[in-house]
Amino acid sequence: MTLTSSGSSQKTMELICPAGTPSALRTAVEAGADAVYCGFRNETNARNFPGLNFDDAELREGVAYAHARGAKVLVALNTFARAGCTKVWQTAVEQAVAAKADALILADLGLIDWARKTFPDQRLHLSVQAAAATVPAIRFYVETFGIRRVVLPRVLTVDEISAIASNVACEIEVFAFGGLCVMAEGRCLLSSYATGESPNMNGVCSPASHVAYAQEGNGLVARLGGFTIDRYPSGKPVGYPTLCKGRFSCNAKVMHVFEEPTSLNTIGILPALQKAGVAALKIEGRQRGKAYLAATVRAFREALDALATERQLPLPELSGLTEGSRQTVGSYRKTWR
Amino acid sequence: MLDVDPQNETLARRGFLPGRLARAMAFLPLYPLEFAAFRVLENTLSQHPGMLSRLGEHASKRFAIDPVDCPFGIILEPRESTPRLSVVPSLETCSWDARIAAPLLVLLGLLDGCYDGDALFFTRDLTIEGDTAAVLALRNAIEDAEIDPGEALGMPKLAAPFVTASLRTIATQLRTALGAPEELNGKTSGAP
Repeated sequence: MTLTSSGSSQKTMELICPAGTPSALRTAVEAGADAVYCGFRNETNARNFPGLNFDDAELREGVAYAHARGAKVLVALNTFARAGCTKVWQTAVEQAVAAKADALILADLGLIDWARKTFPDQRLHLSVQAAAATVPAIRFYVETFGIRRVVLPRVLTVDEISAIASNVACEIEVFAFGGLCVMAEGRCLLSSYATGESPNMNGVCSPASHVAYAQEGNGLVARLGGFTIDRYPSGKPVGYPTLCKGRFSCNAKVMHVFEEPTSLNTIGILPALQKAGVAALKIEGRQRGKAYLAATVRAFREALDALATERQLPLPELSGLTEGSRQTVGSYRKTWR
Repeated sequence: MLDVDPQNETLARRGFLPGRLARAMAFLPLYPLEFAAFRVLENTLSQHPGMLSRLGEHASKRFAIDPVDCPFGIILEPRESTPRLSVVPSLETCSWDARIAAPLLVLLGLLDGCYDGDALFFTRDLTIEGDTAAVLALRNAIEDAEIDPGEALGMPKLAAPFVTASLRTIATQLRTALGAPEELNGKTSGAP
């Protein structure tokens, strides 16, 4: 399938790609990322998974590798500092700045304020975890802290993004592919109720240490914090073990109460996103493997290059990489309205 | 593993070795396989010391590697100073912290980085049980290590690239012939 890119004469959108490990960083850069985003191996980033992320030396090497190839590195320090432990987050900012990160992706107001005052020349981005989704909220961050780019929550339509982009003095970044949070991120507490830990404070939604899968009967049972959140019949696709994608009995019906397991894929609406004033596209998945990374980054690189030269957009088959083997444009087109 | 239930419909059967081949393998002694697999483990850990750092506390866990189309299983304990590996005819009586199950060619593809673990999990080509955190740590450690098959087998430096390329070609052809999930090359997907 192809899609024409006529009518999209705006500035080319940057392709921002995930890097859970140094190896993934190299893969993303080689596959055509304009920038990669990554984080430290601790609670300062919202993908604090076992075996994932960078230490101080790995980040410095990664930045040097990316810069040598014309790519940028954005460091996500996008959780909210615990009371009495702000030094952990401040140290992470210092290390990222020392590593020559091109930008820091922050969410915590106190940390943003500290980073701005301590490193006035450092480029700061506002993380999706800050859940800034209105013009006044974004203007506050821009005018108060000099935020240069905001990552919008995955709850807005293309028209709503356009309205925001034309009324704020900063760049707009949106999610383009991967796992889909339908919640206003940074405000979602579902994981906390089941596990006592949350992406906002501990850097993990549905921490792996609380997840258990078991073959029972003729199906796979997924549990989070001891709660059964889904039973997958044999042969049926499965999703991530998050409460928002679990199936529950509600009003005498067993159903996906919040959302079905599915992944975001915006390749088909890239011209509309560009026209809306989006400056950067983010591929989700620091927890994914290099094979996923190479496939998605190349697909979006080809699409963005086609868009820039007004060629027909390639629409590669990516459903095998998606949760539940399904894909959607999510809130960008709210067909349920 | 074959002795569990070869017709088990709870797993996708893409990429399974032919039943006759798998049954014939049951007559082979396990010790040579165990010896070779242990050498690969030793070589890999010495060539990629960062793996143990990524595994962290999970390095001491017992991983049951279950090639569901083969008449054997592997118990792996990476452990920092004294790694252990044993090949057993059945995992049924073994204790483990985490079990990772998939057809042999899929497991080897994961090791070689031509599959994405999450994607295989979504399509039921890969099953995990037990300590999910340990499985993630192992997966991420392998992902970052970029294990080269020729070097892991202990091939001399000059021969390793040739061995690696040959093994990858053979594995790709076998996966195609047996209908395994498509390898990810950046242009297409492994959609069923």
